[in-house]
Amino acid sequence: MESLPAQPLRLSSFALFGAFFQAGLMGFGGVLPMIRRVMVEDRKWLTSAEFNEHISLCQFLPGANVANLAVIFGSRVCGPQGSIAALTGLLGAPIAIVLVIAGLYARYGELTLVRHMVTGLSAGAAGLILATALKIAMPLRHSVLNMAVAALAFAALGIFRLPFLPSLCVIVPLSMALAGWRLRA
Amino acid sequence: MTHLLALALIFAELSFLAIGGASTTLPAMERAVVHQQHWMSAQEFVRLYALAQAAPGPNMLAVTLFGWEVSGIPGAIVATLAFLLPACALAYVMGHLWLRFRDRQWRKVVQAGLVPVTAGLMVAAAYLLVRDAATDWRALVLAALVAVGCLFTKRHPLWFLGLAALAGLVGFR
Repeated sequence: MESLPAQPLRLSSFALFGAFFQAGLMGFGGVLPMIRRVMVEDRKWLTSAEFNEHISLCQFLPGANVANLAVIFGSRVCGPQGSIAALTGLLGAPIAIVLVIAGLYARYGELTLVRHMVTGLSAGAAGLILATALKIAMPLRHSVLNMAVAALAFAALGIFRLPFLPSLCVIVPLSMALAGWRLRA
Repeated sequence: MTHLLALALIFAELSFLAIGGASTTLPAMERAVVHQQHWMSAQEFVRLYALAQAAPGPNMLAVTLFGWEVSGIPGAIVATLAFLLPACALAYVMGHLWLRFRDRQWRKVVQAGLVPVTAGLMVAAAYLLVRDAATDWRALVLAALVAVGCLFTKRHPLWFLGLAALAGLVGFR
């Protein structure tokens, strides 16, 4: 059996929709761990290494990583309709829920109790993204060049509020030139 | 109608520029919808971001709520699709080419070059959201406590959001 070439995985649109629907609905504060659980642990569609390979590609590409993952995995196992099934499965229910929350907020947001609660929630959400940013930035401390590039991006967008596209057109090639120089050295 | 067109253009551009994930574009989103278009206040921006965090699903759903704030349900749909489709179309194409360039040197250089830029943009996003959310010292302390708690414990993020909402309810009168 082991000498036979591995059969490429084929899945139905329905199965894809179901898996990503489950991951989207259960994923609070980041869906990636939930997608991993559904695809690697529960359904065994991918090995851990294959999943990491997908993540590596999605982080290379622009856009929401999990949406890219749904598109790429969906197309590999079921073609274009697989991409659409996975993407709508991932986003359908969360979009409906977030719009219901927004509707309730529009209706009751003026109530003092709700206002206080949302003020606290905002501070909490800001604290969470601060923790995420620090987790991403901490490993850079081993490289002065990486810290300098990160500081430049932070200053351009966070402090001086420069336009995004022109800033990236300067910072990204600079960072890649430095990375190329370092990888060659 | 002009609002919908403006939403589509703003978020479609950011879709291609969202390196390392959707959150790196938050400084650019805040700049566009708060300071250039004047569609909402900075406080409203961070409130909508927080409401999206309280719902299940990807972090990018904040985009849906920014669109909703500007033009209701049509705005939500336009902003979401504009932010999704360009990057997803690119992902669809690149997904098929990945095996060809995965082991190339330039791929490693590009990826290594994006890491510090992503980190700097995330810190900028965090700085701006904390500044917008910190309407007074209590909110600032709360944000700092949540960040410390999240960094030094294994608790689920939703747990901290719930506590922060509760703290707002009892502490912000």
